[in-house]
Amino acid sequence: MIITKDAIIIGGGIHGCSTALHLCLAGLKPVLIEKDYAGRHASGVNAGGVRQLARDVAEIPLSIRSMGIWENIADLVDDDCGFESHGQVLVAENEVELAAFRARVADLNARGFTHEELIDGAELRRLVPAVAESCPGGVVSRRDGAAQPARTTTAFRRKAQALGATIIEGVAAANVRKEDGLWRVDVGAETYAAPVLVNAAGAWAGRIAAALGEPVPVETIAPMLMITSPVAPFIDPVVILRGRKLSFKQFKNGTVLIGGGHLAMPYQDRNETVLDWRKLSESARTVSELFAVMRNATVVRAWAGIEARMRDDIPVFGPSAIHDGLYHQFGFSAHGFQLGPGAGAVMAELVVNGGTQTRIGGLSITRFSNPSPSPST
Amino acid sequence: MSAPKREQYAVVVIGAGPAGLAATASAAGAGLSTLLLDENAGPGGQVWRAISSTPVTREAVLGADYWSGAELATAARDSGAEIIHRATVWSLDRNLELGVSVGGGSAFIKAKRVIIATGALERPFPIPGWTLPGVMTAGAAQTMLKSSGLVPDGRTIIAGQGPLLWLLAAQILRLGGRIDRVLDTTPRANYMAALPHAFAFMTSPYVMKGLAMMREVRAKVPVVKGVTELAAAGDGKLASVSYVAGSKRETLPADLLLLHQGVVPNVNLAMAAGVEHRWNESQLCWTPVLDADGNSSVPGIAIAGDGAGIGGAQAAIWRGRIAARAAIAALAPAAVAKLDPIAALRTGLARAERGRAFLDVLFQPAPQFRIPKGDTIVCRCEEITAQDVLDSVAIGATGPNQLKAYRRTGMGPCQGRLCGLTVTELMAEARGKSPQEIGYYRLRAPVKPIMLSELAALPKSDEATKAVVRG
Repeated sequence: MIITKDAIIIGGGIHGCSTALHLCLAGLKPVLIEKDYAGRHASGVNAGGVRQLARDVAEIPLSIRSMGIWENIADLVDDDCGFESHGQVLVAENEVELAAFRARVADLNARGFTHEELIDGAELRRLVPAVAESCPGGVVSRRDGAAQPARTTTAFRRKAQALGATIIEGVAAANVRKEDGLWRVDVGAETYAAPVLVNAAGAWAGRIAAALGEPVPVETIAPMLMITSPVAPFIDPVVILRGRKLSFKQFKNGTVLIGGGHLAMPYQDRNETVLDWRKLSESARTVSELFAVMRNATVVRAWAGIEARMRDDIPVFGPSAIHDGLYHQFGFSAHGFQLGPGAGAVMAELVVNGGTQTRIGGLSITRFSNPSPSPST
Repeated sequence: MSAPKREQYAVVVIGAGPAGLAATASAAGAGLSTLLLDENAGPGGQVWRAISSTPVTREAVLGADYWSGAELATAARDSGAEIIHRATVWSLDRNLELGVSVGGGSAFIKAKRVIIATGALERPFPIPGWTLPGVMTAGAAQTMLKSSGLVPDGRTIIAGQGPLLWLLAAQILRLGGRIDRVLDTTPRANYMAALPHAFAFMTSPYVMKGLAMMREVRAKVPVVKGVTELAAAGDGKLASVSYVAGSKRETLPADLLLLHQGVVPNVNLAMAAGVEHRWNESQLCWTPVLDADGNSSVPGIAIAGDGAGIGGAQAAIWRGRIAARAAIAALAPAAVAKLDPIAALRTGLARAERGRAFLDVLFQPAPQFRIPKGDTIVCRCEEITAQDVLDSVAIGATGPNQLKAYRRTGMGPCQGRLCGLTVTELMAEARGKSPQEIGYYRLRAPVKPIMLSELAALPKSDEATKAVVRG
């Protein structure tokens, strides 16, 4: 049976669910197809960082757009998603790093971005009292924070469904093709058809793009996280490092989430990952050195989520370079969670209006096909 | 206790209960480099806990079955295997790499074969009030009895069903402990349902021992059969136990309530390693998918003992030998000729398993003791009630892993050991699906918590070490 919809979205991560929700708000009736369940992979198991801090300039406008939605997230999805805004702090471990941060903030200011703010050692210790004395300063983005990723993705899915999106979970999208001017996707015994196709399939999106004639340099990664038993509250903001891989966040219940980008071995076709404990050991060492208070904590669980990383570490976002009605929204390279709400809003504008006021040019898929990438305008 | 002597072994056996001791004795006896890792202070596992150290020395108290463990423990000790107690295996992956913690330090070791013999744990018994101080599992009580000779002296009620319940009651009484009442929750319908399996049971080793034990308990303690409702109550600690049996409804004052409704495989390590499990409709739990030699879906990982499906201590010994034989056949084919023929091992296993089907059916716990209602706690770590779970199902939680996003169940230190089966069955019932369709928590290392400082002190990665050496 062929079922015609306004749009087909492949992938039930935060991006696919957010796009489904925003298409519904624009009056469309999309179908979202998710091979496992919404939030099964990176969107449900990431660190939950809601971060504008330390982003590539090309994605800052999208990040800022998203931040505005995060700050009123309950108005959109009827759930506060556990979002808390205590800022995010990039800690400089030495003067060399601090000098680089100073130059970065100056550059952002020159471009008109003011969300990143250079701080000295005194302000760093006011924000993060437990940090090691040797750290001379850092950068803060005060509106940043963290949310609960699985809860958030689920809330977007639920609201999209309430607004009229068809959500199909547990069946993979197959045989993606364009026939008679419509995109068609087989889902079990049924075929969905729509003028619009959004490729938001995360680690699986590269295959879809390639099958449709748009191969891009993408790899599958599985960033690892671990969480500890409760520790007496000692830190409010999320802390990240630049030189060594670490991100660090304490929840209200005292548990501490430790991440930062060390990778597990992904077994994508089995939906499995094998953790690299030697790398997690490095994270544990870094934490012990920066926060002595953590040494007696116990690690209760570690995991990794499968996702896509682009060669240049920024996502593919926007219309296809070669097909009408095809849009890409993938390759968020381990920092896509915060972008989800805004990306869905912008994607709906692209689909419905054919354009957006949010500057996303630098994220276009054309950057991999054109000899000289178009500047981000 | 010291760390493993080598970085690589032919066979690593995890757990020193009946299956693990038997597997160790066989594998090391055939000349394979064998490491046995066990969490407890000495060999024996749960069934033979403290076999080499118990203060309860009068043989009749713990029974002949208990003391039969000593022989196997000696065989393993003398087999040439390296045996490390108080060792916690906190990680195992499909590349057969193990993370093991001994004496506050951790190490990684590689194995060519891993035999998981981590046994069973008690099925959750989620009745109203089961989290009150003063309510404990029969298994925990038995641990205290075997390790320290401690028995209850306050007003004590034992409730539930299954062989271990009667064994514990008998052991407590023999040591002069107090039991005021036994509340037997075996559903009356189970006696009829089990009848087709009765012949095999009547000719099994269980029957005489089981009947004798029940007679021994009945002679000293009033036993209420056919209990269909059970609740513990008290303000801050247990004060009373209420039950319904037929038309009888009674509330008994109590200081201690011991609960037990059977054991289920301890699946955490195997599941975290990626071993496929399926819902077992007769034992009402997850059991690993295994071939006749105990090999799992992960190449190189075998499972023996109650972790392979509840079979009891004697079956565990045979399964341990069979799994070890398969490892020997793969790694040292020349040594196989000296072993017992496989047919003899399989015959031994079949004999030990005779009567198990009868016990499985007879002691299937009633639905109301597996699938709680209302404000009965399901997840102790996060204090989530049955109604909380149903509310989450109503707004879109489809399985245990999705439920984590709503309620954080299974995310505490117990990693679902105390709530997993309850959550699966509760969600299956609410959604009109089978437990197999609903699934189980995805389990993750560390299977047991590890100190951050211990993790930080791990040997550096190979690349990092090499870089230092070159520098």
